[in-house]
Amino acid sequence: MSLDALIPSAVDGLMLGFVYGLAAMGLTLIFGVMKVINLSHGPLITLGMFVVLVLSTSLGVNPYIGLVVAVLVGLVFGAIIYLVAVDRVINAPELTTLLATFSVNLMIVGVGTAVFTTSPRAVDVDLGALRGGGVTVLGTHAVAVAIAILVAGALYGFLFRTRVGKSIRAVANNRSAAELMGIDSRRMLALAFGIGAALAMTSGALLSTLFSFTILSGTTYEIKSFVIVVLGGLGNPAGALVGGVVIGLLEGLTTVFIPVSWVPVLEYVSFVLILLVRPAGLLGSRA
Amino acid sequence: MRRVRAPFLPALLVLMALVALFPILKGDPSLREELFLVFMLVTLASSINIIMGYTGYVSFGHIVFFGIGGYIAFWLMYSFNVHFLLAAVAAAIPAAAIAALIGIPILRLRGAYFALATIGINEAMRSFVTNFEPFGGAVGMFFNFSVYDTYGGAKASGQLAYYAMVGIALATIAASYAVKRSKFGLSLMAIREDQDVAMVVGIDPARAKVVAYVISAFFPALAGATFFFKNGIIEPGHAFDLLRSIESLVMVVLGGIGTVAGPIVGAAVYEWLRGSLITSPLLANFQLFLAGLLLLVTVLFVTAGLVGWLRERFPVLRSYVQ
Repeated sequence: MSLDALIPSAVDGLMLGFVYGLAAMGLTLIFGVMKVINLSHGPLITLGMFVVLVLSTSLGVNPYIGLVVAVLVGLVFGAIIYLVAVDRVINAPELTTLLATFSVNLMIVGVGTAVFTTSPRAVDVDLGALRGGGVTVLGTHAVAVAIAILVAGALYGFLFRTRVGKSIRAVANNRSAAELMGIDSRRMLALAFGIGAALAMTSGALLSTLFSFTILSGTTYEIKSFVIVVLGGLGNPAGALVGGVVIGLLEGLTTVFIPVSWVPVLEYVSFVLILLVRPAGLLGSRA
Repeated sequence: MRRVRAPFLPALLVLMALVALFPILKGDPSLREELFLVFMLVTLASSINIIMGYTGYVSFGHIVFFGIGGYIAFWLMYSFNVHFLLAAVAAAIPAAAIAALIGIPILRLRGAYFALATIGINEAMRSFVTNFEPFGGAVGMFFNFSVYDTYGGAKASGQLAYYAMVGIALATIAASYAVKRSKFGLSLMAIREDQDVAMVVGIDPARAKVVAYVISAFFPALAGATFFFKNGIIEPGHAFDLLRSIESLVMVVLGGIGTVAGPIVGAAVYEWLRGSLITSPLLANFQLFLAGLLLLVTVLFVTAGLVGWLRERFPVLRSYVQ
């Protein structure tokens, strides 16, 4: 196997991994804070794509400004999802929250299909390309990685340095103790869900600048997020980013050695094995 | 003290059989097609109820056994001209064996981890079959129409598949009832309520859970074999469709989780609702949205489902409806 094929695939995979990781961070944050597996995660990613699409095609807004809008929409929409669908059943058995978030999934996909149909879409962005050492990096890819790292950093700054962020972590740690300290836990959980949704939509917005997509694309990325989250440890945002990079690299590199169609087999089998052998994730327990 | 027990199961089975006979007597093929689907969904939902409702393990990717059963049976009929009924049974046994093999490790996982693992297994199986050439890979397999000659032509084959599906659904309900009323069922429900306490009172949770999982895998495999026999085509996306898996969960919750009659009511209501939404020009596009809304309302406000709600509302029903 020649190095010439290996390095570009590795670079491609690595860059994509950051965007995957960003989506997975949203999923894992919600799980870490409230022990809810958000099954509306995939449609939220799709929603991020369509916010960018609608703004750029109908209003001519730059996709990266569309991305900022997507973050805000995600925050608000996520908080609404929490208050309407999750808050009432937050202490119920897993099945209930799984189904509650899945019902949101159905509703988003239902409305999305009715409005946008399932035909493929694409956002037109061209930022040129960087070349060097036999590797070509598209501008959109480079910007996507930069934004993903920036957002991940901002999330950590928020969770560890600000009072509100610390309150969210306190609620995650012990909800009743946090209540006793005067924290409005319901508001914090809604905010955490909003941030999780915003992360999903951000990664969707970034993905829309890289690939074409349909209203149903979210499902693929949702299942990928599950794999990444389990790899990085359920409830651990930093682990999710690392897990994303690992999956991205794996996807990039394995395609050099085995047919592309076998890659998902490898992914899902390792996903189940990791769950069985190390349910806390390969990267240790939750932060 | 002997209480006279209402003959719930015989009454339920007779009622289902009468409904099944209706399109035959009326000679209405489109109604028969619809009921074929309903009986299949009853089988799927009721099987999931055994592992999810009684035992408390949310098997999100349960459709994997439907797919495995469908594929093995189809392959036997396609490559070796095995008779459909034989192929269905011959497919359900390995499917149940696979359930035992994967059940032993994954049933150790609790809660969300188990749910995620079942999704992973379904997706792994789907992507594997997509690459597995003996099963036709991504394209799948399809019958030559002459296959149906053995059974007296395509029309007679459709009839045969219908009777088979009705039989499978009745057997699933009978099994579901038998499990629920047995000591084994009690141990499952004890595990659902508190596994550690169940262990203390002498239940072997690992063994009981695997047995429940195997039972809940057997019937979907039969249903898969029958569905794809009638369909004449099988391909990975259709056989291992995660959405169908989740829809069956919705039916269980809608009808009443942990009850025998719940999955039947849930499957019938869900399918009837979808049928009436699709035919309405205004609502056809919002079919998924309304399904989601219905699910959310059930989950938030009618946690026990339709049958559970009726039992709570009219205590008299509790001795008659399981």
